[in-house]
Amino acid sequence: MLPAELHRRYWRKNMVVTALLLFVWFVATFGVAYFARFLSFSFFGWPFSFWMGAQGALLIYCLIVGFYAWYMNRLDAEHDVADEDD
Amino acid sequence: MADFFGRREGVAHSKKQFKSQLDRVYRWFTLGFVVYVLLLGGLERLGMPHSWIGMTFLLSTIALYAGIGIMTRTTDAAEYYVAGRRVPAIYNGMAIGADWMSAASFLGLAGTLYLTGYSGLAFIMGWTGGYCLVALVLAPYLRKFGQFTIPDFLGERYGGHLPRFMGLLAAILCSFTYLVAQIYGVGLITSYLTGIAFELGIFLGVGGILVCSFLGGMRAVTWTQVAQYIILLVAYLIPVVWLSVKQTGIPVPQAVYGFQLEKVTTKEKELATDPKELEVRALFSKRAEVLAEKMKHPELSMAADKLAATKKLAALKAGNASVAEVSAAGKALAALPKDERAALREWAIAKTADEIKSQPLNGMPAHAAQFLGNPDGTVQEKELYDTSRRNFLALVFCLMVGTSALPHILMRYYTVPSVREARQSVTWSLFFVFLLYCTAPALAVLVKYEIFTVLVGTPFDQLPAWVNEWNKVDPALLSVVDVNKDNVLQLNEMTMGGDIVVLLTPELAGLPYVVSALVAAGGLAAALSTADGLLLVIANALGHDLYYKMIDPNASTVSRVTLSKILLLIVALLAAYVAAQKPADILFLVSAAFSFAASSFFPALSMGIFWKRATGTAATLGMVSGLSVTTYYMITTQPWLRTTFGITSPIQLWWGIDPISAGLFGVPVGFAVIILVSLVTRPPSQDMQALLEYIRYPDLKAHDRSFAAPAPRQGRAISHQAGDGL
Repeated sequence: MLPAELHRRYWRKNMVVTALLLFVWFVATFGVAYFARFLSFSFFGWPFSFWMGAQGALLIYCLIVGFYAWYMNRLDAEHDVADEDD
Repeated sequence: MADFFGRREGVAHSKKQFKSQLDRVYRWFTLGFVVYVLLLGGLERLGMPHSWIGMTFLLSTIALYAGIGIMTRTTDAAEYYVAGRRVPAIYNGMAIGADWMSAASFLGLAGTLYLTGYSGLAFIMGWTGGYCLVALVLAPYLRKFGQFTIPDFLGERYGGHLPRFMGLLAAILCSFTYLVAQIYGVGLITSYLTGIAFELGIFLGVGGILVCSFLGGMRAVTWTQVAQYIILLVAYLIPVVWLSVKQTGIPVPQAVYGFQLEKVTTKEKELATDPKELEVRALFSKRAEVLAEKMKHPELSMAADKLAATKKLAALKAGNASVAEVSAAGKALAALPKDERAALREWAIAKTADEIKSQPLNGMPAHAAQFLGNPDGTVQEKELYDTSRRNFLALVFCLMVGTSALPHILMRYYTVPSVREARQSVTWSLFFVFLLYCTAPALAVLVKYEIFTVLVGTPFDQLPAWVNEWNKVDPALLSVVDVNKDNVLQLNEMTMGGDIVVLLTPELAGLPYVVSALVAAGGLAAALSTADGLLLVIANALGHDLYYKMIDPNASTVSRVTLSKILLLIVALLAAYVAAQKPADILFLVSAAFSFAASSFFPALSMGIFWKRATGTAATLGMVSGLSVTTYYMITTQPWLRTTFGITSPIQLWWGIDPISAGLFGVPVGFAVIILVSLVTRPPSQDMQALLEYIRYPDLKAHDRSFAAPAPRQGRAISHQAGDGL
């Protein structure tokens, strides 16, 4: 495979994972907040939408960012674009 | 000592050595800090006065920050602007945590949650969710680009001075508004901690900021911020954990406050129908009616007030009243409004306050209720529900996009060694921010439980001592009045400002004064660290972007850094001067900074990375139009700005969106303008497109140079990194 093709693939995969994670981010934030009143069933003692706003969404954000870092670092290595520090 | 924080005098450490050395330094630092607090606690038990403890805490923490600043002083450009690009991801994460946690969020966030319940969660979600945008859209690419400031990126990507200049203006605008709010917070905390005057506190705090950032720039700021993060985390967690143990026996407040929330909700229903509360509320609504009556005939009422006050003074003087009573009556007489306008304004404010206090739960919504109003209720209730939900979503949006575009945060991602570490560093930053932000809602609920179940219903003569102490400091922050004269505290008889909730927690939990001083020192650390970061953005925008890049590209490294330092001094003094004027509405200043950042930077930065077709003209116009729409909406709808600019036309809200979320309109306008103008202007040059290819891949290997032809521009970007010594 030509290196150029390899790089184009790398960029496409990057775009796909970015779009997917942004979608999760959007649903966890605006989706849950929009339907907050319908999602107020009890969740370990919390009303679910309150828990999402106070902790759940934050956890999901951490996971999104952590997953992205892990996935991209692996992708870098696979596509031979990883940068070395020192 | 001096090489704790990196290479000096030619002694270079490997990355691993450097990291393990840092680990050791900060482990000792944390241990030393804990021992120091315990020691002061011991001295308190031996009878050291409270004001001394406060003063010791204030001076020793400022001295500590200044000490780090002196140890890390530098005149090297790469060290000064980006801390030598060798900050490990985890430490950069901590530094961002401190940079991020401003005085407003350390002191005010839990208070806002206490006062507004679910609506306050918009801040929690907004201020953390923005990091997803940072991680996915901006940080890795900015790091790969790898220069010194955010206007740098705009200038190189879009070509020419105009985009750089717009970026510079926007960076200064949002950082300065934010900076004034931080310095104001510094003044409040120092004067609370030590009892010195507000203005003196401001200048003492600014002294601490200056010694640090003045000498060592980003390098000093980074290592100070790590220390500050540790202090503010310890300070935030101790009282909450203690309160949690006191109420539930479990030391993990974040896990157990759901059950306290349930109890609070039950208690809220009880309080809403409690006969004594109803009595107090009726008294307040009567007061509001009296004021409304007075406002109908201001002249007559003013005369009547004056007559009554004069008569009272005379009666007190005639009857053998104490000196204090007579002087109080005299003061009341002197404090009467001078003219009709002043009187009307004063009464309007009092009337609004009384109206709020005639509502159930002191005007606070039920803590767990999502949005105001009711979707199944009357037309009005339905509309209230829709507006409140729309505003919640708008605020979350603005805070998120604003978070991802604030230059003092983005700049920190230039300091890590690689793109890889930049991504990991966002994860660490969000984790450290998360630690604090998932505690704030717990703090609010636990404090509410304590106040609703323990404090409310206490006889007035048995109230804890701190209630009266705070009453003396500032009645607007905390005051209690026995309105219905039953000698028992009702919820609506208490007035509490959101800003003191965090400062109150140690006293509510029954902890010694040293913990209160610790919390105040934590608030100070939060304010100082954010102020440091912001100050650096402004000074670098002027010194690096304006002077070096636009006016004199041949300036030597030393003269550039020196100029940045001088500008830093001037900006700090200017901000201190503005803050000492006590500009109204600090919370508004903070949120305005977010809307400014969101509407000016986010469209230009993200389009610049993801759309090759975006042109310089389009980006400049996009920044101008986004910022203008946001500013226009703010000026025409925000009460304080309306009076400042003398706008008298009726307030026209667009779709009922509050001025705090003005960025909601600026961001889409910015995007639309960039897209439309790009399509009608000439596409960016080959060079520019090659630069884009360059920043999209962490490292294109040598055998593939043909793919991204190394243009002169890139060559410079690369040599910058190499030349300034990685």
